[in-house]
Amino acid sequence: MEAAVAPRATIGRRLRRREGLPYWLILPTVAYMGIFFVWPMIQAFELSVRVGGHWTFSPFRTMYHDIRFGQALHFTLLFIAIIIPVQFVLALTMALIANSDIRFRGIFLFLFILPLGASDLAAGLAWSSIFTQHGYLNTILQDLGLRHTPYIFINPQHQTQLTLEIVAAEVWRSTALITVILMAGLQGIPKEYGEAAEVFGAGYFRRLWTVTLPMLKPAIQVALLLRIVLAFEVFAVVLAIGGQTTTTLALEAWNWQTSYLNPHVAAAYAALILAFSLVAAAVVIRLFRTRPEQLLR
Amino acid sequence: MSIRRRKQLSRVMLYTLAVILALWTLFPIYLITLGAFSTENAIYSYPLQLWPHHVTASTLSFFVNSAGVIPSLERSVWVLLITLALSLGVGLPAGYALARFKFPGANLLRLGVVGTRAFPIVILAIPLAATFIRWGIDDSVLGVAIAHTALALPFAILTTSSIFAGISVELEEAAMTLGCSRASAFARVILPLALPGLAASAIFVVVLSWNEVFAASTLTVLHRTLPAQVVAVLDQALLPYRFAGGFFLLAPPLVMIFVIRRFLFGMWGQVVK
Repeated sequence: MEAAVAPRATIGRRLRRREGLPYWLILPTVAYMGIFFVWPMIQAFELSVRVGGHWTFSPFRTMYHDIRFGQALHFTLLFIAIIIPVQFVLALTMALIANSDIRFRGIFLFLFILPLGASDLAAGLAWSSIFTQHGYLNTILQDLGLRHTPYIFINPQHQTQLTLEIVAAEVWRSTALITVILMAGLQGIPKEYGEAAEVFGAGYFRRLWTVTLPMLKPAIQVALLLRIVLAFEVFAVVLAIGGQTTTTLALEAWNWQTSYLNPHVAAAYAALILAFSLVAAAVVIRLFRTRPEQLLR
Repeated sequence: MSIRRRKQLSRVMLYTLAVILALWTLFPIYLITLGAFSTENAIYSYPLQLWPHHVTASTLSFFVNSAGVIPSLERSVWVLLITLALSLGVGLPAGYALARFKFPGANLLRLGVVGTRAFPIVILAIPLAATFIRWGIDDSVLGVAIAHTALALPFAILTTSSIFAGISVELEEAAMTLGCSRASAFARVILPLALPGLAASAIFVVVLSWNEVFAASTLTVLHRTLPAQVVAVLDQALLPYRFAGGFFLLAPPLVMIFVIRRFLFGMWGQVVK
């Protein structure tokens, strides 16, 4: 009817005419994420509390009483506690260097973010070539005359040392991601703010603390959120460096799924990882709630 | 100390710091490359060589010819091709819709897509393993690609949306004034302009898929992808296998990151917002 009355829709109207088009365009995405993201998440919970058609907590009990559970939990939490501060200082330094006016900053930035392409498995293999008994680190120590016999870096008796080595590999690999996010945030901060502070006599670190970091809050929030969630998934890097001599929550989930062939306990681990991630995400979002006017003050 | 001296000193410190950090990222890449291109004998000798002596591909060819490596490499390539087709096929229209239309629910969709990052995506593999058995696609290239797409799709939507948002609507309107339909305006005007950005986004999806280990090694038993194959034999792998395997997994994505380096900040800038 409308078409008969209106001689011709203007181009602008035609372009903005919604009809169902946007909904048709997003339909595949909504369907895909529903089937392969939302539904499996729910199923993971169901798998962890339903065995053979009965509701039960037995997978969680099995998980809790497993000797490796405590070790996995301890490792994962210790890992996160160490890696987050180290990475943020490192990534912020890298981003500030790349955002400064030094020469070759483009090349430096590219080198800093190069590990973005490394998988945790590849990073683990590269770092295990460094830490292995007859590997590169012992070679370097020997060449420098610091040791005469190879030191055993990968030692199941020294869990803390093992954790630090895995942290080193993960810091190397995943700091790049945080650097990229912080760099994108830094580029969005107008130079005038820092210049104004400088006029009033603020030194470099004063400006960093009172101007740059507060403005960078949204980027820091995103980076922190992503980093914590990804840290609960550490898996291949641990396997490549320590073998099964130490363990993480994700590695245990994988063991129960593929070696012990018990998807219920694996799902219990998955549910635990999910719960931890969601709590961590909620805490990060609350801690970093930025009011727009705060940024302008 | 004069202000000028202090400025000079802080510059020297800045350069030093930059060089140290650059060496820190290059150091493991250099060592694994060095190891992968030395002879097997050199890898077993101790102390190791820290400079290239006999550059040879024999260790790499030992890795490539190890049992299961070539078939798993083929599967990895199939997985990333299917992942690429699925994530762009499904994600690109949604990215376009988010960039071009204001419609009720758009913000909800954007929030949902961004919100997926609060979920540990690797754990999807565990419930999916059971589902895939029921569907008869367990232990298959397709199954792994489906899981990888769930991982890559939010990323594909956000990046394509930012690419389309960066192309002026007026160009599309002009094409439609000149008689194009919306579809042909998209295909003949917008798509060519978006192509470099889309290619970068596609390459990043490929890197994601190539690098994904957990889902790949959970969802496959006999038909493993390359990272899954390496993980499966890791505990009895010899040093040359580990050195060459590490290099083989590391090198292609590093090259791809080099190719798309200019686009990375634009892509992540969008994710930060």
